Amino acid sequence: MFVTSIGLGSLFLIAIEYVSGAVWSTPFRRIAEILASLLLVVPILAIPIYFNIHEIYHWAHLDVVANDEILKHKSPYLNQTFFTIRIVAYFVIWILFYFLITRNSLKQDVTKDQTLTKKNIKLSAFFIPLFAITVTFSAIDWMMSLEPHWFSTIYGVYYFAGTFLSSLACITFLIVYFHEKGMFVKGIVTDHYYSFGALLYGFINFWAYIAFSQYMLIWYANLPEETIWFLNRWEGSWLIFSIVFVFIHFIIPFFALVSQPSKTNGKRLKFMSIWILVAHFMDLYFLVMPTFSPNGVSLGWIELGFFLLAFGIVFLVFSVRAKSVNLIPIGDPKLKRGIDFRL
Amino acid sequence: MSEKLYSYTALFNTPDEIIHAAKVITEKGYTKFDVNTPYPVHGMDNAMKLPPSKLGFVTLFAGLSGIILALGTMGWMMGIDYPNVIGGKPFFPLPAFIPITFEITVLLATLTTVSTLLFFFFKLPNNKHPLHDTNYIKNVSSDKYGICIEAIDPIFNEVQVKDLLNSLHAFVVEPVYFDKEELEYKPKITEPKFVALLVGVAIFVSISTYLHMNKLMYVTPFNWMEKQDKSIAQSPSKYFKNGSSMLKPVERSVARGFIPYQFKDKPDDAGKFLVNPLIPDNDNLALGKNKFNIYCSPCHGYLAEGDSRLRGQFPNPPSLHSEKVRNWSDGRIYHVIVEGQNVMPSYAYQLSREERWAVINYIRVLQRSLNAKESDL
Repeated sequence: MFVTSIGLGSLFLIAIEYVSGAVWSTPFRRIAEILASLLLVVPILAIPIYFNIHEIYHWAHLDVVANDEILKHKSPYLNQTFFTIRIVAYFVIWILFYFLITRNSLKQDVTKDQTLTKKNIKLSAFFIPLFAITVTFSAIDWMMSLEPHWFSTIYGVYYFAGTFLSSLACITFLIVYFHEKGMFVKGIVTDHYYSFGALLYGFINFWAYIAFSQYMLIWYANLPEETIWFLNRWEGSWLIFSIVFVFIHFIIPFFALVSQPSKTNGKRLKFMSIWILVAHFMDLYFLVMPTFSPNGVSLGWIELGFFLLAFGIVFLVFSVRAKSVNLIPIGDPKLKRGIDFRL
Repeated sequence: MSEKLYSYTALFNTPDEIIHAAKVITEKGYTKFDVNTPYPVHGMDNAMKLPPSKLGFVTLFAGLSGIILALGTMGWMMGIDYPNVIGGKPFFPLPAFIPITFEITVLLATLTTVSTLLFFFFKLPNNKHPLHDTNYIKNVSSDKYGICIEAIDPIFNEVQVKDLLNSLHAFVVEPVYFDKEELEYKPKITEPKFVALLVGVAIFVSISTYLHMNKLMYVTPFNWMEKQDKSIAQSPSKYFKNGSSMLKPVERSVARGFIPYQFKDKPDDAGKFLVNPLIPDNDNLALGKNKFNIYCSPCHGYLAEGDSRLRGQFPNPPSLHSEKVRNWSDGRIYHVIVEGQNVMPSYAYQLSREERWAVINYIRVLQRSLNAKESDL
């Protein structure tokens, strides 16, 4: 899910940049495109999950479903065939869009054909609603259905906030890193940094807002079938994890990025990007793991290994992909204005 | 127009020129100058080497005070001063406070920021500025870009500034003088008279509020019902000797309008002595039909055939078309309505006297419909 998050968020970033006609971010779009190629790897990573579906999702056991009134009613949606169809559909939509939009963008590097930008704008406008639907449903399918009795209508938005945040953090880190090494286009100034910092800051708040909305409604209504999800995360060592998590994902980054100088400071941005990526990993861990180890946080080699593996995949895919394409969209008509961008 | 110089102004045609001009002027060491443009020009902050605005700290401070204020008041009131359990939540229900805290924080931060901007940085009550009503400000408010070097700048020199601005290819360079009136204008806000007036108003308002709320409102007609004769639950009253505030009615006393039913437990007497006071007519038959359909039909059926709509959830009552009921006098039926019979409860509370008799009239109509007399034909 972590890798998917970064890929999906990047894909959305590309689409939203095209649709809104943003200029400042044009030089960085190629980085997002490269990160979006992570989506090509995800289906391969998902194969082990698919073969272990019975161990992961307990709605996948027909005998359990037959003895459970609620699951029986949910079974028209939560069954293995439809689940598979949906997953394939998500990947087809994402990868198709990724393929089309990067093809146009790469072609533009060579041909300098400006109509390709227009094509991509239309494509993006078409994709954004599809993206909203697929992200919502994929989050529900993959993570919410781990505890199939529980439900939350804001779950999709919650996951979306995480994807956007993590891909933004990843891009920010790469941009700042490349720029400091002098490997990126010249002319990037603190105004660009500031835009990234502001977006990061904004989406940290957005994430907190959504997370709190989900928590407060459930807390207020106090219905047993909903609160159980939070209660599981409020016991044993999960309690400490949850509280620390609130600080790591919201309060500390909030104060770290609140001032204007900190949004333009490259070192600070790099550090906070990594911080946010770790926080997003924790977020997913928080969403998924209490189902499997209800007694407490398990932190062993497996967890650390997964964490490193996820980071490794991101950087491996990035470096492989980055060797074969230009790091900036040199044919884009908005590029010059984007580099000259000043606040 | 007085002779006191306020500033030199210069107008330019394009944003590039103004940015260039701002850069040059900054480099020459001028500090007291400003740029006026019809819209924010990107990159101007850098060209003018402006330090980041201090306004953010005001916002931060106001926001933090908002958090403390909101959490403090709510926590104090709901948790300490008047602990309240609402919906089984704890005395300090933090999640419920968060939205309000958030709103107070944002509200306080924005209001403070804007008012600081207006009153502190723009010095709001003072609405005068030497640039007002000049050609310069008219131009920069529509489509020109202007720069204005103030005379109070430490390195200001009229000739040099003029030359500098001309060398930057400004198409108009002109001096701006202080308005004579403005120079002589003194803010009245610190005059002793005005301060005295404020203090006077404050004292008057406080004293009159105090008198209103504590004295005037408690003058005789407004006693706020504090003193009244009333019995307080669970405490002895002075009204009766035994300390009780209520007495039981004397035995066998009858409340006015509530004469008890005479023929209790004497159905035969009721049949003999009670006479229907109503002569059947359209009005009381309609009333009787209405009441019958409401109260009687659920068990007896709309046609009084004893076909209960309750589908046997309740013992089915006998048909009212039986020989027995047909031969009963009106008074006898009246007795059943008042007292009830077998599982049928008393309908004395649901039906007034007149309504009972009207129902009886209607029952007679129903009976007649199945067992018509020859005279009806």
